[in-house]
Amino acid sequence: MKTFEYTAVTDVRSAVGAFPEGAAFLAGGTNLVDLMKLGVATPDVLVDINKLPLHEIEELPGGGLRIGAGVRNSDLAAHPRVRSDFPVLSEALLNGASGQLRNMATTGGNLLQRTRCRYFTDMTKPCNKHEPGSGCPAREGDHRNLAILGASEHCVATHPSDMAVALAALDAVVLITGPDGDREVPVTELHRLPGDAPQLDSVLRHGELITAVEVPALAFARVSAYRKARDRASYAFAVGSVAAALDVEDGVVRDVRLAFGAVAAKPWRAYRAEEALRNGRATRESFLAAADAELTEAEPLRDNAYKVTLIRNLVASTLERLVTA
Amino acid sequence: MNLVVNGVGQALDIDPRTTLLDALREHLHLTGAKKGCDHGQCGACTVLLDGRRVNSCLVLAISQQDAEVTTVEGLAEGGQPHPVQRAFLEHDGYQCGYCTPGQICSAVGMLDELKQGWPSAVADDDLEAQIRERMSGNLCRCGAYANIVPAIVDAR
Ligand SMILES: Cc1cc2nc3c(=O)[nH]c(=O)nc-3n(C[C@H](O)[C@H](O)[C@H](O)COP(=O)(O)OP(=O)(O)OC[C@H]3O[C@@H](n4cnc5c(N)ncnc54)[C@H](O)[C@@H]3O)c2cc1C
Ligand code: SF4
Ligand code: FES
Ligand code: FES
Repeated sequence: MKTFEYTAVTDVRSAVGAFPEGAAFLAGGTNLVDLMKLGVATPDVLVDINKLPLHEIEELPGGGLRIGAGVRNSDLAAHPRVRSDFPVLSEALLNGASGQLRNMATTGGNLLQRTRCRYFTDMTKPCNKHEPGSGCPAREGDHRNLAILGASEHCVATHPSDMAVALAALDAVVLITGPDGDREVPVTELHRLPGDAPQLDSVLRHGELITAVEVPALAFARVSAYRKARDRASYAFAVGSVAAALDVEDGVVRDVRLAFGAVAAKPWRAYRAEEALRNGRATRESFLAAADAELTEAEPLRDNAYKVTLIRNLVASTLERLVTA
Repeated sequence: MNLVVNGVGQALDIDPRTTLLDALREHLHLTGAKKGCDHGQCGACTVLLDGRRVNSCLVLAISQQDAEVTTVEGLAEGGQPHPVQRAFLEHDGYQCGYCTPGQICSAVGMLDELKQGWPSAVADDDLEAQIRERMSGNLCRCGAYANIVPAIVDAR
């Protein structure tokens, strides 16, 4: 590990005020410390943000929630309002990582965790994400768990977070403070598709700090769920996942929220599928047709075409389960 | 910097790169917590940090000024093994023993989470399945799970 200077900050203004070149924020450390050991992340300065007052979950007027960036994944998953009103979020968190990791991992860090592409985490290999211009060995090599949507010739990485998929489905908004002031970015627009600059995961600028995530009220999110397919039953990243909330009346879909995980460099909000579903029959056939409407854009590689079928079936089974919930 | 380890204050003079696991093992010579993978993938390094189970290999010691750390060496009270330790003995919850300190610390933290009503990804009605899920962050290369799970059920 490259050596670095360590500093802990206790107020948000000093966290973003004096954020030097080459600095990185340290939250739970479960991704950053790992990447520092691997030589993928090489910060000169670590700014520890764990003592910032960002550990609260506040209720917003109208029924939404404001989740501090420092709230641990385990605390968020166990929060009574999250469990009752946004079960998709609680389930996504509980299906991620392990009990120990969730006790450390934070809301902000989870959103900004980096891809698990094996070339990205191996500094002996070329990779456009860790060294721009060096090439993308995954395209011809191991891409079994990489993207089928929104990729580019320069990078086919996926974003590994489960939580982010639920937040994308729930129209959550990221609150950001930076050297140039505050701004808000929807979770669906936080991560970038790779294009020709795969080294940039998100739209965050240098020194910008996520302070909170707001989940707006959504009455029918009480009927919501997260389904995750993976190579073993627990403690493994998704190979495909679906977050869904469904509002059905008299067999007709009144409204729906749908997002896919492990298919793109961002949590993939399935707007086209949602549109196909609204005002249609709540049947398996129409669920499959809606999934197809979204997946026509898919461009699978040699070894990951299975994800198209997997997502299609996950959409249908998740929505069917919600109809009877 | 200072840590409180198993109830005893410890002053440490360490490189900022030192993980909590290395601080415990190399500086304080508490070799109970094990280094399996050093990447958060096995759970052998699990300790309790301010009462919560964490992977000490991914924690930078320097970020834990004045924190309270409990390792497997600190679980016994008054010369008596902790109920989870006793249950592992009674059920033969190990073969080589390498994963055991992590399993035991994790189980202690997990049982507390269960008591607090924290949910898990597995439905509440099947306790064994639920313990397997809640303990999935601890791998055992010897595959002693068949005895580990009943030991934890017993200690609950
Ligand atoms: C073995 C293993 C299995 C895992 N399995 C899963 C899984 O199945 N599903 C899943 O979703 N995740 C999984 N994870 C990933 C885990 O969820 C993430 O590592 C964790 O959520 C990151 O949060 P953190 O607080 O530890 O972030 P850190 O490691 O502290 O930070 C991550 C990044 O975010 C930046 N950052 C952190 N907070 C902020 C902020 N407030 N503002 C701006 N920048 C910030 C940091 O600078 C860093 O670049 C797994 C991890 C491991 C090690
Ligand atoms: S897919 Fe992206 S992260 Fe993986 S090797 Fe290619 S450029 Fe690197
Ligand atoms: S040594 Fe820490 S999880 Fe394996
Ligand atoms: S007892 Fe050998 S690794 Fe678990």
